Amino acid sequence: MSTNRALEGVGTWLDDRLHGARGVRVLLRKVFPDHWTFLLGEIALYSFIILLLTGTFLTLFFEPSMSKVIYHGSYTNLDGVSMSRAYASTLNISFDVRGGLLMRQIHHWAADLFMAAIMAHMIRIFFTGAYRKPREVNWLIGIILFTLGLLEGLFGYSLPDDLLSGAGLRILEGVLQSIPIVGTYLAFFLFGGPFPGNDIVPRMYMLHILLIPGLILALVTAHLFIMVFQKHTQMPGKGRTNTNVVGQPMYPYFMAKTGAFFFFTFGILALAGAFAQINPVWLYGPYNPVAMAAGSQPDFYMGMLEGALRVFPAWQWVVFGHTFAFNVFIPALLPLGALFTGAAFWPFIEQWVTGDRLEHHVNDRPRNAPTRTAIGIAVITFYGVLWAEGANDILAEHFDISLYLTTEIARIAWIVGPVIAYIVTKRICLGLQLKDVHLLEHGVETGIIRQLPSGEFIEETRPVDEESRAVLESRPHYESLPRGAGADPEVPAPGMRGAIGKARERLYNVITESVPLPASGHANGHGNGHAIEGNGHSVEDNGHGEQAPAAVPSGSGQSGDAPDDERPDQP
Amino acid sequence: MADLAAAGEPGQGAGRPDGPQAPHRVIGTPAPAASRTMLAGEPEVAAAPRELPADPEDMDSARRAERVVAACFIIAMLAGLGFIAAYVIFQVHTVNNTLHSNLALGVTMAVTFIAMGVGATIWVRRLMPDVELTEERHPLASTPENKAAFAETFEEGAEASQFVKRPLIRRTLIAATVPVALAPIVLLRDLGPLPEKSLDHTVWKKGTRLVVYGTNRPLTPADFSSPGGSLSVIPEGFADNDDALAKAATTLIKFRPGELQAPTVMNWTVDGIVAYSKICTHLGCPAALYEQTTHHILCPCHQSTFDAARGAQVLFGPATRPLPQLPLTTNAQGFLVAQSDYHEPVGPSFWERS
Repeated sequence: MSTNRALEGVGTWLDDRLHGARGVRVLLRKVFPDHWTFLLGEIALYSFIILLLTGTFLTLFFEPSMSKVIYHGSYTNLDGVSMSRAYASTLNISFDVRGGLLMRQIHHWAADLFMAAIMAHMIRIFFTGAYRKPREVNWLIGIILFTLGLLEGLFGYSLPDDLLSGAGLRILEGVLQSIPIVGTYLAFFLFGGPFPGNDIVPRMYMLHILLIPGLILALVTAHLFIMVFQKHTQMPGKGRTNTNVVGQPMYPYFMAKTGAFFFFTFGILALAGAFAQINPVWLYGPYNPVAMAAGSQPDFYMGMLEGALRVFPAWQWVVFGHTFAFNVFIPALLPLGALFTGAAFWPFIEQWVTGDRLEHHVNDRPRNAPTRTAIGIAVITFYGVLWAEGANDILAEHFDISLYLTTEIARIAWIVGPVIAYIVTKRICLGLQLKDVHLLEHGVETGIIRQLPSGEFIEETRPVDEESRAVLESRPHYESLPRGAGADPEVPAPGMRGAIGKARERLYNVITESVPLPASGHANGHGNGHAIEGNGHSVEDNGHGEQAPAAVPSGSGQSGDAPDDERPDQP
Repeated sequence: MADLAAAGEPGQGAGRPDGPQAPHRVIGTPAPAASRTMLAGEPEVAAAPRELPADPEDMDSARRAERVVAACFIIAMLAGLGFIAAYVIFQVHTVNNTLHSNLALGVTMAVTFIAMGVGATIWVRRLMPDVELTEERHPLASTPENKAAFAETFEEGAEASQFVKRPLIRRTLIAATVPVALAPIVLLRDLGPLPEKSLDHTVWKKGTRLVVYGTNRPLTPADFSSPGGSLSVIPEGFADNDDALAKAATTLIKFRPGELQAPTVMNWTVDGIVAYSKICTHLGCPAALYEQTTHHILCPCHQSTFDAARGAQVLFGPATRPLPQLPLTTNAQGFLVAQSDYHEPVGPSFWERS
């Protein structure tokens, strides 16, 4: 016990000064629910930590300067070429600093992983409804973090001042210039004069290593603090309710698991850095405004903006001597802006429509919120079409399609695709709900056929076990819309009259559309203790139901047919 | 700091000194039954009953797992040493050396981290006893009493500050914040000069010789006699001036007689040689791809396509305007020169452009 006594000594010393014993003990026992999708946010967090570590190393050698030098370094293919110090020092990091190339490649891969993990994390949050009260604030912080990540990535990959990233900056300049009234001023202020000037690299450097990472760090801290304070959501399951959280304690379980996960993330990124070349700026050459390579592609998270710029038709007005470059500023600002704005407002729109003011800590299964899921898939389709269009030259080349045809397809698909995705997804969700209802009503098919004394053949089914039942029966709960005070339910409540009230009612019907659960909840016996009012038919007498002839239609509850037009009337 | 403080507390297995109800316990003994009942009600404050078993159920399996975990950590240690060795052994300074150094460093680093991860994962899953705890949630909203007390405190403060009662102070304070907020924005004014008319012009002017980009060699029409060819040219004397080239870069294309058609300005061509701005009118990328058979100029950024035989009109893509044509002529020595600057602003659209 001598180690214990030593630790106790340190602990007492600290506790006498910081009073940690009680609070930290609670923290050590903090329960973390388990689900593989809960790791997505952790990937983002660990990528960010790896970005800070590798980025700090890179700053030791990178020179954020656009002054020109004649290169005479180790990469002899560019010997004697005039280039900026930024580019030359990037070559030096790659070829003259041991581990420099590895750190550069890990840094770049980590940036891509950071953005990919944020996207996957946000998609998970959306589809499971984990943004609902009380987590709206963290959802908004997440959207800001994603936006900051986009900027951080853009500035980061532009720093080496190579031909590829220089073209990206040129596009940025063009986009800024297109903005009505203030556009040219913005461009001149950012670049310190005409493009490219000498200021952009040092300015982006400051933004990339100080301002934006500082903001990200602050917001990540807030994000995590709020997450710890509000406790994690959990997936539906037996014994998991909105008033508890089931899982393993932080110390030692979660600490060890998440530590292992950090090592895995770093290990995989190190593998990528070792074997997968990324952003080989020495092949692109230094930036000059006269040259450009075919097949130029930004990092993947910029692909959607690139695709929007490619897909939008050539519309422009000249009014009273001023140019409205709709072909540029609309695709540059609208699709992503609408996506972020829509995402930010969605939790509040949903709350307003459904009148749901409760706290939610048990996640929805995506199928159980068909409209939300369908909207999510529609947005992903919208994003995906534009993202693919951002690489349409590569697609046209690899699949041997006409370049212009890819754009024509995208011009239709970015409008029609989301609509089809919405309809199909909603049908699939309702179909999956029907399947769940069927399982609850009729049990799991065992494949065993029995002949009854009467000669009739039946297939045996087995009731779903309690764990599965808890999952299958977990449904979002919707209050019904406010009704008139009188006895006549047809008379709408005061707030529900008028155009806004009617719109809300229509949206309510769309958002809450679901296949109702079986009324009894236990059609084939096997009550599990939270029985809803029994409806009198007692198949419940056969214990664990191995013999339950459940496939015989027992006429219990609703059949689950024709879900489409039914208003949900769950308990 | 907080974590360290916690480490001072005995974790699982030892007694908790901070709760009088929890007697000192020996590892592996069950929790005293009394503590459970006495603690009901405020589980977060006093010492909780034992929730984590001290040992996994299957001790044989755990012993095997222990060896595997230790092996993983030894691999991680060796790979870590290998990383340091690779740093010392593999030098850089050539492409091949860099490749080898990168592979050696990357692989040793990856093995280190992945072995640590695998070891820790097996440790958690096979050695630590399996538990599932349930923690109660409490509504986040404060009690009405707390809310009321807060509101009272806030209002008391507001009253004591006299902020509400003394509009003179309130209004002058608000008036004072306006310039304070504006000043930092004003400070940004010197980020750059105003654009004024600079976007309307390039450095081309009457008599500027066209020189080949890269070699800086001036051209005569005879030097550029193969029909279907295209060249990047820049104004003489600006090879090292990126700001100038960003607008002045020009594509020179040679046509067979009769191929050039309106709206190409024929007076601005010399022997079927026509010059268009290389800066795409969509977003300013160099429209660098030229297809001889169709006379299409394609910008690789967003695929705006221009018809070089017909005044570089837009055939496809998001660009709205043709590439401006540079008026060409030859000087007394027979070299290709500009008649003047471009007659319209080159490059992307902007607000002040009419």
